[in-house]
Amino acid sequence: MVDIIVCVKRVPDTSEAEVIIKDDKRAIKDADLTFDINEWDNYAIEEAILKKEALGGKVTVIGVGGEEVNEVLRRCLAKGADEAIRLTDPAFDGSDGYAIAKILSAAIKDLQYDFVFTGAQAGDDSYGVTGQMLAEILGIPHATMVTKVDINNGTARIRRELEGGLEEVDEINKPAVFCIQTGLNEPRYVSIMGIRKVSKKEIPVKAAADIGISADEVGEVGSMVKLEEFSIPPAGELAEMIEGTPDEAAGKLAAILKEKGAF
Amino acid sequence: MAEIFVLAEHRQGVIRDVTFEMLGEGKKVAEALGADLTAVLLGSGVQDFAEKLKDWANKVIFVDDPKLENFNAEAYQKVLSSLISERKPVLTMIGNTSFGLDLAPALAVELKMPIATDCIGIEVDGGKVKVIRNIYSGKINARMSFRDDATQYMVTVRASAFPAPESAPGLGGAVESVASPLTEEIDYKKFIAYEEAAVGEVDITAADILVSVGRGIGDVENIPLAEELAKVLGGVVACSRPVVDKKWLPKPRQVGTSGKTVKPKLYLALGISGAFQHLAGMQASDLIVAVNKDPKAPIFSVANYGIVGDIMKVMPVLKDKITELKG
Ligand SMILES: Cc1cc2nc3c(=O)[nH]c(=O)nc-3n(C[C@H](O)[C@H](O)[C@H](O)COP(=O)(O)OP(=O)(O)OC[C@H]3O[C@@H](n4cnc5c(N)ncnc54)[C@H](O)[C@@H]3O)c2cc1C
Ligand SMILES: Nc1ncnc2c1ncn2[C@@H]1O[C@H](COP(=O)(O)O)[C@@H](O)[C@H]1O
Repeated sequence: MVDIIVCVKRVPDTSEAEVIIKDDKRAIKDADLTFDINEWDNYAIEEAILKKEALGGKVTVIGVGGEEVNEVLRRCLAKGADEAIRLTDPAFDGSDGYAIAKILSAAIKDLQYDFVFTGAQAGDDSYGVTGQMLAEILGIPHATMVTKVDINNGTARIRRELEGGLEEVDEINKPAVFCIQTGLNEPRYVSIMGIRKVSKKEIPVKAAADIGISADEVGEVGSMVKLEEFSIPPAGELAEMIEGTPDEAAGKLAAILKEKGAF
Repeated sequence: MAEIFVLAEHRQGVIRDVTFEMLGEGKKVAEALGADLTAVLLGSGVQDFAEKLKDWANKVIFVDDPKLENFNAEAYQKVLSSLISERKPVLTMIGNTSFGLDLAPALAVELKMPIATDCIGIEVDGGKVKVIRNIYSGKINARMSFRDDATQYMVTVRASAFPAPESAPGLGGAVESVASPLTEEIDYKKFIAYEEAAVGEVDITAADILVSVGRGIGDVENIPLAEELAKVLGGVVACSRPVVDKKWLPKPRQVGTSGKTVKPKLYLALGISGAFQHLAGMQASDLIVAVNKDPKAPIFSVANYGIVGDIMKVMPVLKDKITELKG
């Protein structure tokens, strides 16, 4: 039996979209962006469900944010998570990774768990700190960039990804936090039917007072770092663009490659 | 005198590049802050490394302990929190690497010291440290400052963000050995072994021409399009990380920080956005051509030639045109 808590974040997909900075320079315009579960968290939730399926136990997902977070929490329920909790309070707005870790720890400390899984990083702010900070606040060990988890009674044997394809094998006692790296499993697909099935399941909402955290510990005042302003990165030296229809452009490129002696 | 700590990163007997990148940048920040630059080195049998680092810093502090032989974030955290509490460096710099990210965030919380991760710029403004972070798929730079009441800061520094100086600035720092504060082995987290990268049936580092596909390839069923193109070019197919994560191609084909570093004569980036972890593995290629439907994709700023378009359309035509030209 293994009880796993998974922290999930809802993030915009900016890999293909045009990203426009708002007038106050402290946010991006997100009306035209599509949102989904953070890529790393998608692997984390899958890993938790696989472990539950193999060993028995329970998977609880937690998200910090507004009502819109229900959408990703429900996706997790449809995949096989047993319960979801949403942590919502206006005081949470503007939290950095540290403040988020404080909020999550306040909620998690009262729950029953063997392991907590987070993503190695969030695709939007890319702090890459929340899981480790959460572990430190809870007073338990952690491992980041985790690419394999084998749970054996009280301990987990894990693999961590280092640079250049090298990996490291570690053994960690429970309870522990694992910050999950992409690629360690194949996240399952959820159908609209599957989501419909869990649409009635209640997702309890907890505010700052419910988890015993005060407003000055969270949000911008409770954060370590402060955003001053966003800017568009300097473009650098841009490629020479080959114009035309795909046919024309491909033809011109072939000629350039020939001229350069590529073939 | 105020002090800046740079934590030296080493693995399997080698000091990692990010260490010298941080020492190079750290020297500038130290000058701006009127501080001394101190390299901090933890490990077992690391005296030689300490000697190597002394021309790079005003001082080298090292802690030599068999319990630090292999990296264990828990042990490193104990040693560093004791060193930092005692010496109170104004700024502590750590690599934003698998090593640094396992260590720094929890250390910062323990020390109640604000941390900014994955920094690509460090500025000193009126005696205060500010950083630049590159976020939202590389499309936004965020300037961030630290909590107002902070007097000490921690940053993790993106690898390759700062060029390492070609040679040591010859600071000739004093080397100081500090006794390890560790009294016992950490038994709740243990290093077991390294696992070397799997060897693939194709060595992408040896190829002159790489046709590299990213998430834009859309589906495993489209991989043959890239293979056919590679075939007429006499090259091989490589890829970005998501393609491996999705099991469309095996890991030894992956280019980037957690994959291979390649330097072919021609690198064709197809449907790859150009995240820094990818760029770090291929930007030294002789000729880079990028095809992407997003004109703002960061890959275009490292490419020599670019086509804004759909790779599904470009790949087959390009294959035909090349076949034609080969005659
Ligand atoms: C610790 C760590 C290590 C990492 N190591 C690596 C690494 O070694 N290598 C690596 O590559 N990444 C690595 N990454 C991941 C990296 O951050 C990016 O997520 C990844 O490189 C993105 O891959 P991509 O460009 O293929 O996908 P995306 O960023 O999703 O980009 C897809 C691109 O394809 C374009 N596109 C889509 N469809 C089409 C079409 N039909 N025609 C033309 N263009 C199209 C889109 O406009 C977009 O620009 C690592 C991340 C972390 C956190
Ligand atoms: N608002 C949030 N709600 C729930 N989990 C979060 C939130 N923000 C971050 N996390 C978790 O922390 C991980 C790392 O995020 P970050 O430190 O912001 O890069 C994510 O992958 C999530 O698992």
